[in-house]
Parts: sequence; C-alpha cells; structure tokens
Amino acid sequence: MFASLRGEGGLVAYVMGGDPDPVASLESIEAVLRGGADILEIGIPFSDPIADGKSIQAAAVRALSSSTRPRDVLEITREVKKRHGVPVVLMTYFNPVFAAGVGSFLDAAGRAGVDGIVVPDLPLEEADVFGKAVRKRGMDSILLAAPTTGEARMKKVVANTSGFLYLVSVLGVTGARKDLRSETVGLVKFARRFTAGKIPLAVGFGISKPEHVRAVIAAGADAAIVGSAIVDMVAQSAAGDGGALGRIEAYVRSLKRATLKGRPEAE
Amino acid sequence: MAPPGRFGKYGGQYVPETLIPAVRELDEAYSRLKRDRGFRSELSAMLREYAGRPTPLYYAANLTRRTGGARIYLKREDLLHGGAHKINNTIGQGLLAKKMGKTRIIAETGAGQHGVATAMACAALGLRSEVYMGTEDMERQRLNVLRMQLLGAKVHPVDSGAKTLKDAINEALRDWVTNLGDTYYLIGSVVGPHPYPTMVRDFQSVIGREISRQTAAERGRPPDALVACVGGGSNSMGTFYPFVRRKEVKLYGVEAGGDPDRGNAATLSFGREGVVHGMLSYVLQDGDGQISGTHSVAAGLDYPGVGPEHAFLKDSGRASYVTIGDDEAIGAFHTLSKEEGIIPALESAHAVAYALKLARRMKKDDVIVVTLSGRGDKDVQIIGHMDGFAI
Ligand SMILES: Cc1ncc(COP(=O)(O)O)c(C=O)c1O
Repeated sequence: MFASLRGEGGLVAYVMGGDPDPVASLESIEAVLRGGADILEIGIPFSDPIADGKSIQAAAVRALSSSTRPRDVLEITREVKKRHGVPVVLMTYFNPVFAAGVGSFLDAAGRAGVDGIVVPDLPLEEADVFGKAVRKRGMDSILLAAPTTGEARMKKVVANTSGFLYLVSVLGVTGARKDLRSETVGLVKFARRFTAGKIPLAVGFGISKPEHVRAVIAAGADAAIVGSAIVDMVAQSAAGDGGALGRIEAYVRSLKRATLKGRPEAE
Repeated sequence: MAPPGRFGKYGGQYVPETLIPAVRELDEAYSRLKRDRGFRSELSAMLREYAGRPTPLYYAANLTRRTGGARIYLKREDLLHGGAHKINNTIGQGLLAKKMGKTRIIAETGAGQHGVATAMACAALGLRSEVYMGTEDMERQRLNVLRMQLLGAKVHPVDSGAKTLKDAINEALRDWVTNLGDTYYLIGSVVGPHPYPTMVRDFQSVIGREISRQTAAERGRPPDALVACVGGGSNSMGTFYPFVRRKEVKLYGVEAGGDPDRGNAATLSFGREGVVHGMLSYVLQDGDGQISGTHSVAAGLDYPGVGPEHAFLKDSGRASYVTIGDDEAIGAFHTLSKEEGIIPALESAHAVAYALKLARRMKKDDVIVVTLSGRGDKDVQIIGHMDGFAI
C-alpha cells in the first residue's frame, strides 16, 4: 500500500464518508488528495462509534442525517479510485459489516476498489475468520495495536495484520490533541522493533500538527494518520465556510511536507 | 484462538484493542476472587447487613384472587437498599474493584437505579464514583439524579445519540479507554464484553438461589414459572440462572413493547443478531446495522441490546420472551399498588402485567414467581404527570 513511497514517510488522511453528504464529502476528499495525502482512509458512519471522540462522532451524525448508507461510501470510494487510483482504506465498525453479511459486504468493498479495511471494534481474537475473508478477496485486514499492547501480544498482532500495522498512539478515543504525548515516541520505537522489515507502521489518534507528523516519522513510523483535525475543517465547510476546502488542502500539504523532513536520513 | 466468553455463538469481546488487556485483567481477577473464601464471605456479609438480603418471597393473595388462576408470588427485590436489584451487582463489582486496587469507578445508568446503587456501594466501600446518564433519562428520572449527587457521585450528562442508556454506555466505554490505570467500569447489566455478562449474572443469581430455597421450603419443589422483566437482562438472568437446568420450570422474560406510535425496546422479540457494546447478541437495528432508537415508558428497559445469554436461551427455546406495552405496564403499576399496597418500578410492572395474564392460563395450584426488580418511588412523578398531577 505504501509502494509509491521512496525514502519518505507516508500520510494517511481520514475523511468520514458522506460528511455532510456524499457529494460534499467527495469535494473534501479532492482537497485532501490535492494536498498530497498518500492514502485515503474513509469512514462508514455508525450510530454508536465507541472508539471515536467528539469530532468524528459529529461527522457520523452529519453523514447519517443526510441518510448516507454504507453503499454510498463504497460508491464514493469507487469514484475516488476511478479518478485518482490512490490506495483507499475503509474504516468501519463491525455491525454495519455484520448486518450486510460479512461475505457480501466484502464482495461489494472489493468491487468498489477498497484496498484495506480497519475495524476498530474487532480485536485480534474476533478478527481471525474476518481477516481471512478479507485477504481472500485481495484486500488487507489492518489490525490495531495500542499503548496497552504488550510484547507477546504485539508479536501476534503484527503476524496477523496486513497492509500495515495501525498503532494507536494514545490511551483514549480519536480526537485532535494539541501536543504529542512524550510516551508516543517511545511507543513508536517499541512497535518498530516488531514491524521493522516485516510490515509498514502507521501511527494515528491525536496527531494534528506537522511537528507531530515529523516526530512520529523520526521515531521510526512509516506513516502518520490524521483524522479529527481534518474532520473539524470539514465541519466548518459543512457549516458554510467557503474557505474551508482551501484550508484543508493547505493543511494536508503542510502535513505531507513534514513526512519528507521527518524521515531519518540513514536507514 | 477460541474467542472467550461465548454463550453458543453469542457474547465475545468486540472492543478496541486498547481495552483488551483491561477486560483480560478483569476476567483473571474475577475468576480468582469468585473462588476466594474471604471475598465470598465479605460479599455475603455486605449483602446481608448493608443491602438487606435475603429478600422475602411474598404470596400476593389479592392479586391471585383477582386472576382466579395460578398462585402469584413476588420476589421482593424492591425491598433492597436503594430500591432495586441493582445493588446485588454493585456490591459484588465494587468489592472486586477494590481488590484490584482501582480507586475510581465509572458507571452508566438508564433509570438511575444502577447509578444510585453504584453510588451507594462506592460510598460504603470508600471508592469515588462517576455516572454517565443520558439527558433524556436525567429529565424523566430527576429524583435519582439528586440521589446520586447526595450519595457523592458525579453525574455526567450524555447528550449524544438518543440521549438514553445506550449512549451512556458508549460514553462510559470512551472514559474507560482513556483512564484505564485507576478506573474500573462497573457495568449495570448482563451486557458488554466478556466477562461482564457472566460476572453480573453470577452476582445477580442470588435472586434465583433464594427463590429456589424459599419455594423448596414452602412446597418442596420449584415454582412452575418464573417471570421477570428484561432491559439489559440482569434481574431476569439472576432469577433464571439457578433454574436453567430444571426443565420443569418455565422461564418468561418480559420485554418493553412500548407504544404503537413511539416504538418499542423489545430486542429479543423484534431485533436481529448484531454487535453492540462489545457483544454479539440480539440488537434493534436498521437494515444497515445502525442501532435503532427505542422507546419504553420504563427508562430501565429503554435499551436496543440485550445480554448474550438471553439470546442463547431464546434460540435454544429454554426461555420465552414476550412483550408488554406501556399501557399494560402502567395498568399493572396501579393494580399492584391498590391490590397489594406495593408500588412497583415501571420496569417491574411489565413483569407483573405478564404474570397476571399467565396466571389465568395456568392451574390454580401452580406457582408463578415474579421478580419485583424495584420499587416505584422513582416513577411516581411520571405517573403523576399522566394523571394530571404536577410534581
Ligand atoms: C427496577 C429495574 N428493573 C429492571 C431494570 C432493567 O435492567 P435488567 O434487565 O438488567 O434487570 C432496571 C434498570 O434500570 C431497573 O431499574
């Protein structure tokens, strides 16, 4: 998924599909891609997002109020793939997948061109059968690791994830944080011991500034994931702020620039 | 890797990775302590001296006479300290949290009864408590908000989603994932990720064990039918569990049928399999898997999920799940008040309403035990409102 990157860090940008409606969310995605995001992470809105903080909860409410359905998000994905061909990672809670039937949901995702799937409420133990079904269709099943994931478990998670390892950098839910926690750098270095030479390491939750991106890349991450900060700007756009799309693009560009500078020289 | 904590296919641990070590730690601590003599004797002493166990099994002669059918007995959980069965669980988990070295307890509450029971147990055990409650529920159960505050709990209003119990659980889970070190999540029903459904059932099973002893003493055999209301399913699971293997005892779970215009909260009757709040169970949801809004006049039943063990009992046919609507429950609320001098919680009134119907279909010497999960003081205001009485 990070095949196009040569000696630079990757930037994964998150947008909630259908926020505030399917047409407008495609415009936000265009802005994110103009800014230079390497991978698009697109969310399926869910009524009960337990791993998300206020920003992404609000995005889900906006998307659901415009009656965005999982199939609309797959439709947006198909359009993005057609126009740009960038890798797209789908982020969805498990119940929308389960309700559609795992097999038929994954078939539809595969047809739309989805490259990988992250399910935040499907930990290692529950993801076994699901992961196989995802990989069978040529997509990646991306698992998460957290600050609470110990050494033995980290090995298992790394062995079972594909595409990349999604490292949650803080205890808590998604949401932009002003400062990068001091523990985050240590956590990235710890995870790196297990992923190096095996699978790319992407770090997310709470990353909101170019210096955060630079710091996690310098600590050895292959990519940084930014979500809530972008979603907050989408909210401004949804509220009628005509300058928001331009700001999204400029913001993403500043993050992308930080991935180039953050990379350790000697590797 | 066999998934832990399953009842047939139901249950599991569908939680973010961050929480996995916490649910494991809890599972280990509980597995160890439930066999520990010291823990068990501390628990039963507190249930006896603080909560007021055992509770009476009362023969409701007037109610029985009214139906002309089977003999109706009431298991008086409403007489417990705090006014509901919830304290059986909060003392158990509170003690466990203390042994685990946790100092901050968080909980969700719907009707406010679990919040009150949490605040009480925490005060008695010297723990800090914070309770999440939907703003819609805070409005309709104002008295319980005040009680929680008087007991020293901090009440956090939850304004997201439907502003009821399911949203309070979401918010408690978000708090837990953020404050894992010192915080214990004291869930109020047989729901959530493993080990909660098993653990809460175990703590509530004292209800069924006492019923078993009390009916054996009185007539030498178990009751013919057990009836209890089902919100998340804890008072019913605690009532049923000691009788699950005794096939001659019929088990009836009563769900909230709500109102034709405003909807229902009858998850087992009208829901489908789904994953919410860390468990695979029956869920009220739309075709895309979005969790539905629910309605019941009883705030404690107003929940779109249900304990996974109930899902298993339903599929296996061991228990039957039926519905009682708002109007019938309100009717039973008045009937029990006037006939027996007992004002029931609106949740429990659902069970009473069904028992009245069931009794008519059963033989005169049959015995029905209804778990009266709580007392109705908290609902007097709502009923007063309906009767044009401003309080
Ligand atoms: C008195 C009473 N009964 C029943 C319930 C429903 O919960 P459960 O189904 O877990 O017993 C509640 C919940 O608040 C309650 O307060």
